[in-house]
Amino acid sequence: MKQTKRKKHYTERTTTGDVFIISIMLILIALCILPMMNLVSNAFSDPMAIMRREVTFWPVGFQTGGFMDVVGDNRIMWSLAWTGILTAIVVAINLFMTTICAYPLTYESLKGRKIISFFIIFTMLFGAGLIPTFVLFRDLGLLNNPLVLILPGSLGVFNMILMRNFFLGIPDSLKESAEIDGAGPFTILWRIYVPLSLPSFATIGLFVAVGRWNGFQDALFFMAGASEWHPIQLLLFNIIQNNTAVDVADPGGQAQGMGPVLQAAATVVTTLPILCVYPFVQKYFVKGATLGAVKG
Amino acid sequence: MEETIKLQKQSERRGYWSRHWGLYAMLVLPIAFFVVFSYVPMVNLLLAWSPNNVFLSVWDTGWIGWDNFREAFNNPFFISAIRNTIMFSALDILVGFPAPIILALLLNELKMPRFKKITQTISYMPHFISWIIIGGMAPRLFSVNNGAINNMIYNMGGNPIPFLESEFHWIVTMVLLGVWRSIGWNTIIYLAAITNISPELYEAAEIDGASRLRKMWHITLPGIRPVIITLFILTLGGVMGADLSRFMALDNSFVRGVSDVIPTFIFRWSLLGNQFALGAAIGIFQSMIGMMLLLSGNWIVRKLGGNAFW
Repeated sequence: MKQTKRKKHYTERTTTGDVFIISIMLILIALCILPMMNLVSNAFSDPMAIMRREVTFWPVGFQTGGFMDVVGDNRIMWSLAWTGILTAIVVAINLFMTTICAYPLTYESLKGRKIISFFIIFTMLFGAGLIPTFVLFRDLGLLNNPLVLILPGSLGVFNMILMRNFFLGIPDSLKESAEIDGAGPFTILWRIYVPLSLPSFATIGLFVAVGRWNGFQDALFFMAGASEWHPIQLLLFNIIQNNTAVDVADPGGQAQGMGPVLQAAATVVTTLPILCVYPFVQKYFVKGATLGAVKG
Repeated sequence: MEETIKLQKQSERRGYWSRHWGLYAMLVLPIAFFVVFSYVPMVNLLLAWSPNNVFLSVWDTGWIGWDNFREAFNNPFFISAIRNTIMFSALDILVGFPAPIILALLLNELKMPRFKKITQTISYMPHFISWIIIGGMAPRLFSVNNGAINNMIYNMGGNPIPFLESEFHWIVTMVLLGVWRSIGWNTIIYLAAITNISPELYEAAEIDGASRLRKMWHITLPGIRPVIITLFILTLGGVMGADLSRFMALDNSFVRGVSDVIPTFIFRWSLLGNQFALGAAIGIFQSMIGMMLLLSGNWIVRKLGGNAFW
């Protein structure tokens, strides 16, 4: 509303300032899109054309062999599927934990609320770091155990504060009238807060999902001895660093010079899920980014 | 009389518990989570004062005082990791912090709402591209050996630029990639703050004949000052940290002198090199400095009368 109000006191004429701003924006758009186009072009170009330095932002000598090899590589496909499963599990657990952590902290009347909040927020200020965490996971038997990719990510302080801010936006009167009707906190949470917070769940769930899909360090640190459980980002890292090769359908004839094509194709396959979902869920991300700023 | 007050108090207390027990029950699991995954590792930090042992717990190895800290600061690779970490953090702040503010101001001045929306959507995208993927894309674009940009430079008759192959160029490339990845996304918060500025301020300025730049400088920027300060404190807290995946993904053999930062040092030297006590000591040093920066930044802001966190 404010936006439309403001619009009218700009002059209608297009000034040099406008041209300047529009050109900056066009450059920005190009800078965001061209690297992707280069990547896709590398994945779908003739390896000889790449070697002849002909490929920049459009495929030359279009082929899908590299892409088919990546799709036909069982390890890559399993890793993609596993990362998908992992993401779903982590999102579900995280939303549950975030909700039951954030909801009680919305009660002004809860005794000890300040202490509990401090106890939680302090972990954001001071982290123990890699080695003490590694020692803990060793003691718990979590090393090379797929659970290490799930449990430590089941609750995050930032998302918890976000969820609490969402909950605080729901009028207290709803809670109070339900209490008068004799509803307990579980009922109120489940019947009133959860149904009203579905967009917030989408926002936080998506943040968690992107974090898990792009997650790489935890597997690098704690899953070194269990490559069959490596999520896609770590597998991709190893493919890019030439630690691991992609299985090719025809090792004799085709593999010549295919390395860069295969790496590009594997990168495309990893990026694709995010880029496909992104336009549809963008507004939830934006909502989360703005609400995080509300004083916690 | 006293009896009734006592009874009343008792029933009040019972009322409190019957209303609130469920809330405490909900908090059991989250608190257990933070105890196990955040506070127990803090106890493990005691490793920093014990002799290095990869198998025993701190309670079985005994104590050796500050030797591990001394060892860390006598290690030239650690010193260079600190230097690199601070250098990249400083450059990221210098270039990467103002960039989204400027972009947000420009986006705000954009008259075409449709075009603005499209620009925003596209500019947020790099935020969702992991550093691993950027590490896969970068050589294809920047390499001297068949990178797209250098091929274009070559075709135009120029000399190839070693974007990734010389230390100086690599640093610049890293900083610019960091800006590329974060600039769009970080405008969101500033743009949200800008919409909260009262339109009357702009109208009044216009009556006084203020130019566009003057309005930006005297109204928009002061209007988002609290947000800028808040985000600056948060950024400050991360000066001693670095994104491990960023440095691992873009590392190459030409730039080893500047590419080792504290997280990669801990990973390679302590975890892979079985120097746990040393890693714990470095972790303490890193976290203490991070916390001090955050708290002192917050303190300064409060002294200056700004919006402090707590």
